[in-house]
Amino acid sequence: MTFSVNDEPVGGAPRPGQCLRTFLRENAHFEVKKGCDAGDCGACTVLVDDVPVHSCLYPAARAEGRRVTTVAGLGDPEHLSPLQESFVREAGFQCGFCTAGMIVTASTLTPADHDDLPRLLKNNLCRCTGYRAITDAITGVRSESAGGSGVGEPVGAPAGRRVVSGREPYTLDLVVPGLLHLAVLGSPYAHAVVESLDTTAAAAVPGVVCVLTPADAPAVPFSTARHASRLDDPDDTLILDTVLRFRGQRVAAVVAETLGAAEEACRRIVATYRELPASTDPERARDPDTPSLHGEKDAVTARIANPARNVAAEMHGEYGDLAAGLAEADEVVTGTWTTQRVAHAALETHATIGWTDETGRLVLRTSTQVPFLVRDEIARLFDLPADRVRVLTARVGGGFGGKQELLTEDLVALAVLRTGRPVQYEMTRSDEFTVAPCRHPFRVSVTLGGTRDGRITALGLDVLSDTGAYGNHAGGVMFHSCSESVAIYDVPNKRIDAAAVYTNNLPSGAFRGYGLGQVIFALESAVDELAARLNIDPVELRRRNVVRPGDPLVVTHVEGDDLVFGSYGLDQCLDLTEQALRRGNGVAAPAGPAWRVGEGVGMAMIATVPPRGHPAHARLSVDARGRFTLHVGTADFGNGSTTVHTQIVASVLGVDAATVAVVSSDTDAVRHDTGAFGSTGTVVAGRAVLAAAEGLRALLQQRAGANETGAIETGANETGANETGAIEARAGETGAGRAGPTLDFAALLGEDDRLEAEGVADGAVRSLAFNVHGFRVAVNTDTGEIAILQSVHAADAGVVLNPAQCRGQVEGGVAQALGTALYEELILEDGRVTTTVFRSYHIPQLADVPVTEVLFAETADDLGPYGAKSMSESPYNPVAPALANAVAAAIGVRPYELPLSRDRIWRLLQT
Amino acid sequence: MDLHTVTDVRAARTRADLAGVGGSTAVLAGGSWLFSEPQHHLVRLVDLGTLGWPEVEHRTDGSLSLAATCTLRTVSALSQHPAGWPCAPLFHQTCTALVGSFKVWNVATVGGNIATSLPAGPMTSLAAALDADAVLWHADGTDSRIPVADLVTGDRTNRLGPGDVLRSVDFPADTLSSRTAYRKIALSPLGRSGSLVIGRRGGDGFVLTVTAATTHPVQLRYPGVPEAAELAADVDRIDAWWTDPNGAADWRHAVSRLLAEEIRVELAAPVRGTR
Repeated sequence: MTFSVNDEPVGGAPRPGQCLRTFLRENAHFEVKKGCDAGDCGACTVLVDDVPVHSCLYPAARAEGRRVTTVAGLGDPEHLSPLQESFVREAGFQCGFCTAGMIVTASTLTPADHDDLPRLLKNNLCRCTGYRAITDAITGVRSESAGGSGVGEPVGAPAGRRVVSGREPYTLDLVVPGLLHLAVLGSPYAHAVVESLDTTAAAAVPGVVCVLTPADAPAVPFSTARHASRLDDPDDTLILDTVLRFRGQRVAAVVAETLGAAEEACRRIVATYRELPASTDPERARDPDTPSLHGEKDAVTARIANPARNVAAEMHGEYGDLAAGLAEADEVVTGTWTTQRVAHAALETHATIGWTDETGRLVLRTSTQVPFLVRDEIARLFDLPADRVRVLTARVGGGFGGKQELLTEDLVALAVLRTGRPVQYEMTRSDEFTVAPCRHPFRVSVTLGGTRDGRITALGLDVLSDTGAYGNHAGGVMFHSCSESVAIYDVPNKRIDAAAVYTNNLPSGAFRGYGLGQVIFALESAVDELAARLNIDPVELRRRNVVRPGDPLVVTHVEGDDLVFGSYGLDQCLDLTEQALRRGNGVAAPAGPAWRVGEGVGMAMIATVPPRGHPAHARLSVDARGRFTLHVGTADFGNGSTTVHTQIVASVLGVDAATVAVVSSDTDAVRHDTGAFGSTGTVVAGRAVLAAAEGLRALLQQRAGANETGAIETGANETGANETGAIEARAGETGAGRAGPTLDFAALLGEDDRLEAEGVADGAVRSLAFNVHGFRVAVNTDTGEIAILQSVHAADAGVVLNPAQCRGQVEGGVAQALGTALYEELILEDGRVTTTVFRSYHIPQLADVPVTEVLFAETADDLGPYGAKSMSESPYNPVAPALANAVAAAIGVRPYELPLSRDRIWRLLQT
Repeated sequence: MDLHTVTDVRAARTRADLAGVGGSTAVLAGGSWLFSEPQHHLVRLVDLGTLGWPEVEHRTDGSLSLAATCTLRTVSALSQHPAGWPCAPLFHQTCTALVGSFKVWNVATVGGNIATSLPAGPMTSLAAALDADAVLWHADGTDSRIPVADLVTGDRTNRLGPGDVLRSVDFPADTLSSRTAYRKIALSPLGRSGSLVIGRRGGDGFVLTVTAATTHPVQLRYPGVPEAAELAADVDRIDAWWTDPNGAADWRHAVSRLLAEEIRVELAAPVRGTR
């Protein structure tokens, strides 16, 4: 068959059941993305004879004789279409994985369609931005137009022009000759033992190269969770185990020439199972008669709190005297709140391509937030020296914590080492919902006592989290959930009892906020209730009880001195939110007697770095032509850290940020980097970049000879690159723009081909960032519908290094939190996930997300680079309780369960 | 997604090419549902697109026949049709209830949507509300007709037998000349329908059709516009409410009663305008 793609003829014969998406990708049109492969997300949108279609639903053979246009056909980085330019200018993307489909879809719209965008962009899913920037890009509103170069300016992402034109490669966007495909046979039982595996028929399927069973894999226990210290997580997982602890757990894997053959072979594996009693109720997990999932393991060597009783981790502690605090109280609030399982739903699914390089080294190109930590664990699992494994990422299509796990890399490594050939393993969207770890569901019981003068005298928590079949992130999430959430309140008497328990449900894992959001939902709801009982304004009650600089930070004991108030803007955040709600925004409730209006707030504190260190390295070099190359280890999965890193270099060295080439997230790039989690891209990796840039500046100054001010500024020739390649540089006060002597890099470098400096940050001392959210809502008492009339978010991010990006992080966090608060829920029946596609798991669409007023406190942090603090996870945390509190204020009934779905809210009103 | 087990796609040219449909052989219309889920049981697709069925046929008796292969895009455009049926807005309205995007409208078909028989299938809602008949081609060469409201019997179940192919959906002239009122609610503003209720007031009285909230279409018929209490009581007697991720049964019941009353009030009011 022949057809044209972007006006170039394409030939070849698609397979009978092939869709256009994979046929285009097989022809190296990697700009066509897979977000869901089921017609729900729009990432694969192309035009067929100018008609937009989801190419994953379009039979490839029907393209015969037609003209197909992809995002790459709409423009290239040097010649972007006006729409593509607009997406760059307005930062209409973060990870950029949805962007190709978003732009192709929007390219078919006219200005007359702009009022109907919520419907016309239905099922163009973006998990990062919260859609405001996308709307601005499409409608041409200029609210955060990119520009500038240095710290504090809305610099656009370095990859922007490539992202919007489909040229920026993601994990699987690579032609690999001889590539094999891996497919996994999943467990049909929630709890079972594999008694036998007959792979004869599977191995006989044409195209099958090998079948991998537990006998083929190293029996080295590990955890899929990755942390700076591998000892943070229990060693309770095997690459392939004969004990199956959740539905969908790997039983075996097949490697074949085609994905179809690998899948067919999986269906032909004859397995016999002995089913075991399954435990799916976390409340009963610790009962004596409940089967233990990991009972055979040693508590000490596996680092499991109590294997026999299914306790992965627990904490118990008291500060002051809770009973005494309650006795002092005029009002006591008790309640039990629950949060649901939530999927990360990053648009790029987990995927890895592995091969061996010319030196025989194992190379894994993977969609991860933590390349170095994956490298270290893969080396350990396969007993390889770390320098015999290289792990790198291309651009990563979203993470949200879900890629702080090792989920695909181990099987690919096994398959590459076994076959000697390149192998790819790509999770399906349904895999993401059914076997990739989700956000821990929590049950949180709160006891809160307060006096009539507005002092909280007692704060008690009883917390239970369901870690599912494996303990990846079980302890970390449980401890973190009860940390800053509790320490934000200056209360003399606190008690916490918490446990994370194993069940035969899918594993839970790291998710934006890392447990804080679950406990904050409960605690901020309880504080709201206490305010109502004490007849004190809920913002005022918080003001009287929040921790302030100089106060000890207390959970169940005074926190270590690694956690400090580098700056403090919580007071400003409370004021800004309150003022914005008082000001209002002129949006009225829908007409009709069924609607009730209410306001609510929630607040959150977060440490700017995970505890116990987060080492990061950076290298910055300049060559004889004055070209700067920055090597960093951390990964940018849409959080924008790469942009900030170039801004830091620009500010230190006085060059244009756009001229700084960045090599990132590759174990070959730097010595070590802990990775992109805990919101560390700016505050830790950024500090390493700052140190490298300052180091390089010092080297340049040394060579150039010290000048009077001690500062040096280099700047690209305003007329562009000149013929000799030399770059003009001026010495003088940074940013003053005064003319000075020219730096001749060739002369400066002399014999050297480049000059390089390294920067290191350990992230050992941590600051605190703050977020407050406020809502005014209308609730329909007949249907349970919640209409958000006003949404306000105040953030203390220290000095905002990139206002467009930081606003985007807040908006995206709020949107993801609205998904959690209103819609999203993985539903399980006897351990089987029934919400396996986006059609049954609704993530926020453009129609669902109101514009949020984003307000920044003015503080400057002592620790972060240029006074910055982290702002990636934290905006998520206060949103759900703020919404629940607004709903409670509107209808007079308090919600105790997420999501606040219409059917649940309606049911609250039926008693 | 790729259907890896499919080894043969046959272009149908005549009715005889449809022989053997069923089991491991499925008909392919738009493909928007077929390619949206794994179909490991299938080895052959028979493409209906090559049969050349006209998408829309206006019969001399005023009735309207939509081929099973008629796309939702074409259905939506019928709202602007010069025939000016009183029910015209319903064609576009029901398309907007599709969980899929407007891009799916470009390929998804009336027949595919009905034959998939999801409770929230909006073409089922449209056809049931207008008392349209499905024309079925049987493997033995005979045809039969069945009201679409009866064809869909539950969540992904229907009365299509082995070898049956849905040929067309026929809308009678008298229902096309009815006034209709449309209400949809979901768990999110534009989400998959939790309840989709359509009222029709025509020469044969008042007909309320409940879909999405129930496992199959449920119709309530009255000689004229009923009283509020009567309608509510009849809605309360419906026993097919169901729970899935798009809404709980009790809520679906309650909001359907609410939407039914809004429809009753709307259709009880005299016609406005001069159409």
